[in-house]
Amino acid sequence: MLVEEIMKTEVITLSPEETIETALKLLHENHIRHLPIVDENNVVIGIVSDRDVRDASPSIFEEDATPDELQNPIRTIMTFPVTTVHPLDFVEEVASIFYEQEIACVPVTRDDLLVGIITEKDMLYTLIQLTGTHVQSSQIEVKVINKPGILPQVMQVFGQRKVNISSVLIYPYKPDPKYKVIVVRIQTMNPLPTIEDLKTEGYEVLWPKSPGLTL
Amino acid sequence: MAKEPRVDSMSCHSGFVFTDDFTSYRFRDDHPFNQMRVVLTKELLEASSALRQDHFITPRHATEEELSLAHSRTYIQAVKQAGEGLLSEEDGMEFGIGTEDTPMFKGMHEASSLLVGSTLSAIEAVMENQVKHALNLGGGLHHGFERKASGFCIYNDGAVGIKYLRKKYNCKVLYVDTDAHHGDGVQWAFYDDPNVCTFSIHETGRYLFPGTGNVNERGLKEGYGYSFNLPIDAFTEDESFLQVYETALKEIVHYFKPDVIVTQNGADAHFLDPLTHLCSTMKIYERIPALAHELAHQYCGGKWIALGGGGYDIWRVVPRAWAQIWKVMSDGTPFQGPLPKDWLKKWEKESPVPLPENWHDPEDAYNPIPRKKEITEKNEKLLEKSLQLITNQKKYNSL
Repeated sequence: MLVEEIMKTEVITLSPEETIETALKLLHENHIRHLPIVDENNVVIGIVSDRDVRDASPSIFEEDATPDELQNPIRTIMTFPVTTVHPLDFVEEVASIFYEQEIACVPVTRDDLLVGIITEKDMLYTLIQLTGTHVQSSQIEVKVINKPGILPQVMQVFGQRKVNISSVLIYPYKPDPKYKVIVVRIQTMNPLPTIEDLKTEGYEVLWPKSPGLTL
Repeated sequence: MAKEPRVDSMSCHSGFVFTDDFTSYRFRDDHPFNQMRVVLTKELLEASSALRQDHFITPRHATEEELSLAHSRTYIQAVKQAGEGLLSEEDGMEFGIGTEDTPMFKGMHEASSLLVGSTLSAIEAVMENQVKHALNLGGGLHHGFERKASGFCIYNDGAVGIKYLRKKYNCKVLYVDTDAHHGDGVQWAFYDDPNVCTFSIHETGRYLFPGTGNVNERGLKEGYGYSFNLPIDAFTEDESFLQVYETALKEIVHYFKPDVIVTQNGADAHFLDPLTHLCSTMKIYERIPALAHELAHQYCGGKWIALGGGGYDIWRVVPRAWAQIWKVMSDGTPFQGPLPKDWLKKWEKESPVPLPENWHDPEDAYNPIPRKKEITEKNEKLLEKSLQLITNQKKYNSL
């Protein structure tokens, strides 16, 4: 999946000479946590987070309601250079950037110009789509030997039942690296016939376990 | 608070919606959704001398106009075509028709609109004061969407019925769903409506269909705060189920103050149900209708419409569970002791499994659940989260 498929293209930005007070207002009114700072050509020259802005704001214990600090230009507190990504980068790479650099937002640029933004929330939304939990489905977990060709064999069982698959994930089987767990979300309220088929084919179904008397 | 006296032993004039044609809603011989359950329940009640001729309400079909309160016209047309064998497999996919869960069958539009009509008949009988409460075990098909069939449901009689209540009687409706699956179709139909409050208790969607019904699904826009969910852990037993359910329901009713209560009484949270992983016994199926009955009298002048729903052990579980709704609704106390011999004698030959002999399940019906303590604790936390908005409001009001 490419960055351009999940990025937001309407980006709220600030020019470097605007005040910290304006930044504070924008963050608050739009319920966002990051503001890219762009020059007159829409080139990203910095970024501020809500924490940067709060650190630069006076303490809530100050008596003075309209302190001078808030009138300082935003360029004095912005972070630069900025980590950016390209619209054709992979979403997985953005996840790595967030994890390794411990940041939660990257502007997306093409030829240095700002074209979009991705935050950790967009990232999590994408992850939810990948797990398939957002559409009506039942989940089945199958333990299989970790060897080439096993996935199509398992999937064939679902195909023969004509049950539509909304997502497939493959997890390591922690107790024994010789095995993997295939997690399939299928669009049916009655997974029992499919589970029976899987068992008949010799696969171990970890979940659902048979309900009722045979716990 | 009590506007009316205690209802524990109160006889209420109630209506039982029934027709043999309910069984025409049948996808396939080996499909788990089987309306034979309603016939078995009705005969169990008759054999127990709890159901008389003057209790019956004969249902009508819902009109297309009425169906369109909750369904798109294109979808209704597609269902009609499918029932006449005129819809191709490809064209059906878009509407969820022709899948393993909801295959096409001859006359599916008529069979489905009868189930919706029977819910409308129940609603009319209550709202026109012909009866105090009404029970339609043919309804409760809560997975039907505006333009999509799913989870064994074609038309959503609960959603159509509540739209009808809103339109014709302009009342505030509380919808309570105790099916083991999340009542998604009804929840989404009223997600932004502050005059319809939905509350669903169900097995967590981590594994189970449809996967939604999380505690943070609270409604949208004006409807925010009018959608409640309790996605309890797999293998939850009676005690924990009733503890969280009873607390939540009482709080929600008090907070919302409905004019009428509609309950969906799926009977698939029982330990014998083949499709789910909850571990309740007949105990919850006595308490659930008793609570609805009590609260309907306390808050709604008795206005309570109960519907059926899921329930896939149609021999050992559903008839007993559903018969208790009627018993509690019509005379305030549940059945006890042995099941009527005549009923057992008639059906034991048909049943593929030995029939239970008593209204209650034996104490040691299933093996002890090893994680009981953990499950109970998780469900308690869940209850807190689910009621967060009500708790906040109470704190705020007491300042």
